[in-house]
Amino acid sequence: MSEAATAAKIEDPGLDQGVEKLTRDQIQSTILKVVNQENSARLRAMVGTCVSCGLCSEACHYFMSYDRNPYYAPVGKVKETLWEMMSRNGMVSKEFIRRAATTAYTECNLCKRCVHFCPFGIDTAYLMTVVRRICHLLGVTPQYLQDTCHSHSATFNQMWVKDDEWIDSLQWQEEEARDEFPGLRIPLDKEGSDIMYSVIAPEPKFRAQLIYQAAAIFQVAGSDWTMPATPGWDNSDMAMFSGDAEMMGRLKKKHYEAARRLRVKKIVMGECGHAYRSVYDMGNRWLGFKDMPIPIIHAIQFYCELLRAGKIKVASRITELCTFHDPCNTVRGMGLHEMGREVARAFCPNMVEMHPNREHNYCCCAGGGVINCGPPHKMTRVLGNRIKAEQLKATGAKIIVAPCHNCHGGLEDIVHHYKLNMKIKFLGDIIYEHMQKPGAVE
Amino acid sequence: MHTVYIFLTGPMVWVSLLILVFGLIGKFIYLTSMAKKRDPWIFNYFQFKYAIKSILIWLVPFATMNMRRNPVMTVVTFVFHICLIIVPIFALAHVIMWEEAWGISWWTLPETVAVTMSFLVLGGILFFIIRRMKLPEARYVTRVQDYFILLIVALPFLTGLLAYYQIFNYQLMIILHVAAGHIMLIAIPFTWLSHLLLFPMLRGYVGSEFQGVRNVKDW
Repeated sequence: MSEAATAAKIEDPGLDQGVEKLTRDQIQSTILKVVNQENSARLRAMVGTCVSCGLCSEACHYFMSYDRNPYYAPVGKVKETLWEMMSRNGMVSKEFIRRAATTAYTECNLCKRCVHFCPFGIDTAYLMTVVRRICHLLGVTPQYLQDTCHSHSATFNQMWVKDDEWIDSLQWQEEEARDEFPGLRIPLDKEGSDIMYSVIAPEPKFRAQLIYQAAAIFQVAGSDWTMPATPGWDNSDMAMFSGDAEMMGRLKKKHYEAARRLRVKKIVMGECGHAYRSVYDMGNRWLGFKDMPIPIIHAIQFYCELLRAGKIKVASRITELCTFHDPCNTVRGMGLHEMGREVARAFCPNMVEMHPNREHNYCCCAGGGVINCGPPHKMTRVLGNRIKAEQLKATGAKIIVAPCHNCHGGLEDIVHHYKLNMKIKFLGDIIYEHMQKPGAVE
Repeated sequence: MHTVYIFLTGPMVWVSLLILVFGLIGKFIYLTSMAKKRDPWIFNYFQFKYAIKSILIWLVPFATMNMRRNPVMTVVTFVFHICLIIVPIFALAHVIMWEEAWGISWWTLPETVAVTMSFLVLGGILFFIIRRMKLPEARYVTRVQDYFILLIVALPFLTGLLAYYQIFNYQLMIILHVAAGHIMLIAIPFTWLSHLLLFPMLRGYVGSEFQGVRNVKDW
């Protein structure tokens, strides 16, 4: 038996104390409201059509990593949550809700890999978001995840970054970057720019060098860009994952409005997967926009455009063996796998594919808000992604290119735990390091 | 016994077919109108070409990644479904009954082929039952009704073969065969056998969503 099979019950005050307050009536009325009123034909068709064949099982990295325990198969997770809730007409116990919350929040990354496995295209990720919605309305959410949602509600960013701290961080990075590029600016609130650059709150909080690197790339490419000085600058969206759809809508509105106020032509987003899902898929629909109300492109697309237009040029190349990790939200979400490879290959000619890859790639096991459920649940996801470690190890690569923050967090833990001795890089890291830098001080 | 036979092959055919057709039509109307009311965006994103593409690809053996990963299951599933649909429509005895009733007739399967295909259907069901019992991930999620539905599908073919070989009482077997056929037709709209309708509906939705919005294939 592997170490994964021996995991014990995890204490989480958000879940444990959350269920304490629940009554049977409250549980039932909430489940019925979500199942019968908020959701519709899609839910019924998906739950009613499932023939429980189990063909989705091998799609899930948890299932593969936890010794093929059927409990972790996508259909297994639906059985433990929605099937019971719906067949018992919402009459389930507190303990059931506690277990369902653990399943939906910490044992599913909403990566949608199983959609590719199901002959009917049943979207277990969607079904798990329905469960999360129920848990959110019942006030049973993992404490760390809920903290980020509280931050979203109070500050419109995920990390409790205060308005002045945000500006301060940008100016600090501008100052740092001016040592290298004397004329560089991080233009704040510059109305009428071509591009508004938006990031996730962890960037100013503890990955500020990413802002520096982005500024350097904008500088070299000669882009007309700006960053908003007011809330709306953070494109991240943990509310989408906690089940707080109302807050998700407010966040996206703020984000789009910041761009409108600055009268930019488009938004370029940093290398984040879930924020992208939030703007092109979930948030826009909640607000009633069919598409994104203002053109928004992911950093992968932006970098690819810059390379194709010759606005950034390759100065040096990485000689070590590299592999490319496809983040679920940019690949199963927007089909950016070839663009990502095009950018990576320009700088890393020595590339090897991991298998499976592209739209069939295994998830990093951090996305879907799982890493944001914090330290209590860390080992669930690290042990739950042994399959990824094996997949990475088989490539023999020294560097993993992963254009997504969550993937970085998840892969770092996996690389560390399984002693893979691999470095993980953003496309931005590679471009910054290896592009030609006219105007830079040596 | 004769009156039962007359009833089952006469008025009851109307009842079963009407329940089947209107059950499926009703299900279609119920689901689409509910979606229109609560998830209207499904129709905004729906694109016919992607829906058709998704349906067709999932109807071609080994066209999708997961079919290639499970070759035995793929072969059994396709053979099972093809036989399940072809035999009732083109079995000689069935066509004769259509001809006697309405004077319409069409091509029929040679007897040995029809018999072989019926055995293949039963073999497929046996495979599904054993798979559900032996494969942990299938066993874990299998409910009593799943076996029950497999039984409902198996019975018309089992009784049909018993009647063909005149094992047990032929007349009783024929009545059981017709009755089992009715039960299966009626069960379609009310069980997961309705994937007859929901397969194209869901694939149409997922195909439009993936190929149209997400810019990525869904197979």
